[in-house]
Amino acid sequence: MTKKAISLGILALAVGAGSGAYAGPDDDSLVINDELEMVTETAAPAHMEGIDTIYSGWRFRTDETQSLQLDDFDNPAMLTVDQAIDAYSEVDGSENESCASCHGDVESFAGLSAAMPKVKDGNLVTLEDEINNCRSTRMGAEEWKWSGQDMQGMVALIGLQSRGMPVDVAIDGDAAPFWEKGKEIYYTRYGQLELSCASCHEENYGNMIRADHLSQGQINGFPTYRLKQARLISRHNRFRGCIRDTRAHTFAEGSDEFRALELYVLSRSNGLSVETPAVRQ
Amino acid sequence: MKTTSLIVASVLAAGMASADAPAPTDVVFEDGAVAASLTGTPGNAAEGRKIMNKGAGNCIACHAVSDLAELAFHGEIGPGLDGVGDRWSEPELRGIVANAKNMFPDTVMPSFYKTEGFIRIGNGFTGKAAEGAVDPLLNAQQIEDVVAYLLTLKE
Repeated sequence: MTKKAISLGILALAVGAGSGAYAGPDDDSLVINDELEMVTETAAPAHMEGIDTIYSGWRFRTDETQSLQLDDFDNPAMLTVDQAIDAYSEVDGSENESCASCHGDVESFAGLSAAMPKVKDGNLVTLEDEINNCRSTRMGAEEWKWSGQDMQGMVALIGLQSRGMPVDVAIDGDAAPFWEKGKEIYYTRYGQLELSCASCHEENYGNMIRADHLSQGQINGFPTYRLKQARLISRHNRFRGCIRDTRAHTFAEGSDEFRALELYVLSRSNGLSVETPAVRQ
Repeated sequence: MKTTSLIVASVLAAGMASADAPAPTDVVFEDGAVAASLTGTPGNAAEGRKIMNKGAGNCIACHAVSDLAELAFHGEIGPGLDGVGDRWSEPELRGIVANAKNMFPDTVMPSFYKTEGFIRIGNGFTGKAAEGAVDPLLNAQQIEDVVAYLLTLKE
């Protein structure tokens, strides 16, 4: 049986070599607006056992899709970001406040998204949580839905202030138990298809699954504009879609499970550039 | 119309055959292989060839097959299946298609004839929780049909 397994392995290599065009990430460089050089490949953080080098999902996409992220005038996500720029200065709610009235220029958020989610008062907090906390307690405004375009536009606008900075989320100290929980979820084989995140994005990145070229599932580009859905997509919405596709009962957007998974998956991006708003297929 | 009634007939036949088939939990694996036919009805290779495509087994999502060249986008996750009928015996192929994890414990390949032991099983691709009894991904006759097709893939 071992012999057969080995010969199958050799055959798999031969087939892979034969189809050729798609093995692994490509060699392209991502420079945005001809000036902002992005790190799309770097050594994996020490905590990752199964992968030596991490790659942005941008490196796995077609030239056509890649090109949409090279210039902000071509990036379809920027329409939603522009709306968030307007919303940032608009008074909303009972307290006569806007984002700008407390935070001033949005550029003051530089660096924040590179280190989110993080633990505050014992809770793991995402940027969506912070925005809704401001809206409800400081502005007296209605909370936004997790994956609504108003929310994800604002998450992207704040993230844009960190674009090009390395992702650097903390995984130790009081973040450790959340990170461990996220790691457990990452490696659990859910659903009737019994697939974990790792089944595709650690064991098989670079390979084709039907028409899809599997990436490492990095989330440094989120919120990301997904051409298939024609809007900005949240990290939790993408998690939900992937787990659903294993024929599983998914977790909800904004659940503690997805907060933990967000921290863990983002920690696998530590060292890659914050890319939001990225463009993917 | 003719095609439709043919499909209905074959679905009925498959359903009837499956009624006598062992439940997935009762299938006997030996070194990952399953010696006995699950249905006693010989597999239909032509039906099996159809199951290889999306919507049924979707085997080519992960495996490349030259005989199915008319279908676009074959996957690279699992080994290519050209010549698989020479490399494996019928019982081995039956065991691998039914539940490959018996032969390859770490494989990412889904178990096509399995109904329990899942984590957070959903109701198809809805993302919601499953309700009631779980059907295997392929029924017993479909497993036999796929095995019959794979046995035709010779070098």
